[in-house]
Amino acid sequence: MIFLTVGSELPFDRLVRAVDAWCATNNNDIVFGQIGDPGADGYRPRHFEWQEFISPDEYRCKYDEADLIIGHAGMGSIITALVRAKPILIIPRRAVFLETRNDHQVFTAQKFAEREGILVAEDETMIRPMLDKWETMRDSIVMKSVGPYAEERLIETIRDFVFKKGTQ
Amino acid sequence: MSSMKKEIPPRILAIASAGGHWVQLMRLRPAWEGCTVYYVSTSANRKREVIQDAKNRDVSPPAFYVVIEASRWEKFKLVRQFLQITKILLQVRPDVIISTGAAPGFFALRIGKLFGARTIWVDSIANSGEISLSGKKVGKSANLWLTQWEHLTVTNGNCNTPRYEGKVV
Repeated sequence: MIFLTVGSELPFDRLVRAVDAWCATNNNDIVFGQIGDPGADGYRPRHFEWQEFISPDEYRCKYDEADLIIGHAGMGSIITALVRAKPILIIPRRAVFLETRNDHQVFTAQKFAEREGILVAEDETMIRPMLDKWETMRDSIVMKSVGPYAEERLIETIRDFVFKKGTQ
Repeated sequence: MSSMKKEIPPRILAIASAGGHWVQLMRLRPAWEGCTVYYVSTSANRKREVIQDAKNRDVSPPAFYVVIEASRWEKFKLVRQFLQITKILLQVRPDVIISTGAAPGFFALRIGKLFGARTIWVDSIANSGEISLSGKKVGKSANLWLTQWEHLTVTNGNCNTPRYEGKVV
């Protein structure tokens, strides 16, 4: 199962539409989508099961069940996937489409593209090729889950400051 | 004698908006273990998670305040958020304030400074192209200003730049 999730804030039409188009011609994998509130004019998928929002428990279940996560290139999505050791296909939200306030997700996607288990679609036209690619390489992805905390050095720096150790 | 006085742990206020900023803030938690901690975020779900997590670990849940969510364009909501945060800071009077972003952290650091709190700004790892807008505005006045990208520590002769000390992931 592939779990598409756009998060709790804004919808992400470009992504939802591209995944729906892929589903229309794909028979190997089923998709479940949490697509946010599409609004009156928003796109409603026809080729996969979806809901606007799901509860945290349902979210956890879908996440556990999924072989692949599809989401925006936000740090919440990326960190969750790395901690849970789930392959994730990310696509940056763009300011030009009013999907976010600036293009920081473009940089984020570039920076995290090299991590094992993270696939990047630069834009919606890359969703189909990346999903096809994932289907051929899925068994070769070996993800080691990252721990729950930041790098030791970062934590120590902050801790020393909080407890006034050393010179700051 | 002061050396015999039992050390009172610092009071820290850790604040971030509910999305990726919050996920990053939580990954820094060991940095304030042993402190009296007050959390502030923009979603009641986050509060539930923190309380559930405390229950699971059989420790008493930390104080948690929920403030209104506000994007950069929602001026009235931003004003309300500012007032809510001011009120919390007046109540809590933290020794230290830490934030990973965005607007709530900006407000907290700005107001906290006036009350004499020591402040920490950890710029989000999502900002790899340049320092975040909030970071640019509030970083300089923070007592500890960190970026998670080494290349962002270098700026043309400006001495007030963020340090790089590692990443949240």
